[in-house]
Amino acid sequence: MSESKSVTFQDELKRTKHWIIHRHPHEADSPLLVLDQVSLWYDGNPALQDISFELQSGEQLAVVGPNGAGKSTLMKIIAGVLKPTQGVVHVYGHAPDGHICIAYVPQRSAVDWNFPVTVRDVVMMGRVGKIGFFRRPSRKDWDMVKHALEAVGIQELEHRPIYALSGGQQQRMFLARALAQEAELILMDEPLSGLDLPAQEELLALMPTLQHRGAALLFALHDLNLARQHFPKILLLNRQMIALGDPQVVLQPRYLLRAYGGQLQIVQGEQEWFGLTDTCCDHGED
Amino acid sequence: MMEWLFEPLQYSFMWRGLLAVFLMGSVCAVVGTFVVLRGMAFFGDALAHTILPGVAIGYLVSGGQTSGLFWWALGAALLSSLGIGAISRSGRIKEDTAIGIVFAGMFALGITLISTVRSYSVDLTHFLFGDVLGVRDRDLWLSGIFGALVLIAVLGFYKEFLTLSFDPVLATTLRLPVGLLNYFLMVLMALAIVISLQTVGVALMVAMLITPAATAYLLTPRLPRMIGVAALIACLSGAIGLYLSYYLGIASGGAIVLVTTLIFLLVWVSQGSWRQVRHQKEVGANHGQS
Repeated sequence: MSESKSVTFQDELKRTKHWIIHRHPHEADSPLLVLDQVSLWYDGNPALQDISFELQSGEQLAVVGPNGAGKSTLMKIIAGVLKPTQGVVHVYGHAPDGHICIAYVPQRSAVDWNFPVTVRDVVMMGRVGKIGFFRRPSRKDWDMVKHALEAVGIQELEHRPIYALSGGQQQRMFLARALAQEAELILMDEPLSGLDLPAQEELLALMPTLQHRGAALLFALHDLNLARQHFPKILLLNRQMIALGDPQVVLQPRYLLRAYGGQLQIVQGEQEWFGLTDTCCDHGED
Repeated sequence: MMEWLFEPLQYSFMWRGLLAVFLMGSVCAVVGTFVVLRGMAFFGDALAHTILPGVAIGYLVSGGQTSGLFWWALGAALLSSLGIGAISRSGRIKEDTAIGIVFAGMFALGITLISTVRSYSVDLTHFLFGDVLGVRDRDLWLSGIFGALVLIAVLGFYKEFLTLSFDPVLATTLRLPVGLLNYFLMVLMALAIVISLQTVGVALMVAMLITPAATAYLLTPRLPRMIGVAALIACLSGAIGLYLSYYLGIASGGAIVLVTTLIFLLVWVSQGSWRQVRHQKEVGANHGQS
């Protein structure tokens, strides 16, 4: 693509630094999330191209694709942390960078786990946008933190330093933070990576709770089977949208081969196709 | 023993010196906690060195008076932090390179300016290594007022600074004014550095910013307590260093920094931190294999 559109990652981060607080209202007749022809270039290379989809309140969408497919980039664009080179992102009818109802749950490998804070401190950070400058958290804020911890089942860990948490507890703490933020759109970036199977199941078992609260969820993951079992809708991504929709429709060999290329081996079983993906490098995500 | 402790206090310069190190210690420790957590040690060191030309110009224009130095130093520090921000923000130069360029350039300008004065080496030594026993009432008042302002600012923006330091992406999605907060923290660092100018001097300043905070980091798992412990360690090191300087006739700035370094080493060894590091590496290696 043309040189003028090429923007480095650092430029993007710098351009999106916020100097003033401006907040957008929620337009009642607009969907929660709309992406229209969203593209992002780094140094002249496309990181994402022509992504378009909608998400309604309470919907849960799995974002599946190989390493470097642009899953993190997509989430950061939706969170309003990165600006797309082309296309439009709307949350309730306005650009995402004016909303405080979007929670981004980082990859565990991107977090400084030696930072001197307790679980409660981290969950309270979700409230900071609402409390305002020079104010201390009120009784109501602490109550919300407590309820958020209960909702994810780690209330007994509230005073524990974060370095003493297991992987599953770390993810649940961040989910509690998203709840304390009263997020209506939760973006979880590879939350299952590096977790053992029981911890993965425990985290996935919390997803219906989110749905009851009306929060929409974007969940990036590697595992095609887990995506099929736990999510009603899947977005198959590799820089472009390969397929979007029902798991049966999306997880077909022709789409999977396009998404994974040589990283995938297709094996035909008795009744369905099995895809074997290379999931070795959990921490190498883009 | 008591006599040993009280005897120096009959001199007013010793009183003023003690007050100055307590002020410097608490302000530097509080700001330094965020410097350590955000990995800005190199920036802090550079910022301290870049105030030298400001001090030199103030010294030259006032004909050897030291009354206006505070303002000149503050101006130089603010100018440097804005300059570093501007160069790295332009995109093609990495931030640590920008810091290095501004740091060395400003420091060289300072040395060149001071070298035009006849009593070159004496004056330069004072600026580089501090002269805590030469602190005057006026300096104390200025340091006190600005120190209080820094402490109030950190307290007022505590939860914002905490959030920004732990998770910048969260700070962005909460729509905090991230750019403004970053510059504000730089201004607070500049103030802390100027307050410490007379106490430890520009060359050793970074030690007061990071060593007490790093020691406290090893001792406590919560940030508010870390700030308190860091301030305590800094004040204690300041007092011990001052007495050492008085009795042994050694440079006060060096003595203070040596004491705080010694405290860090004692804590580091007694906590077995060197063993923990090895343990973490092993865990990390296993993790990579899985």
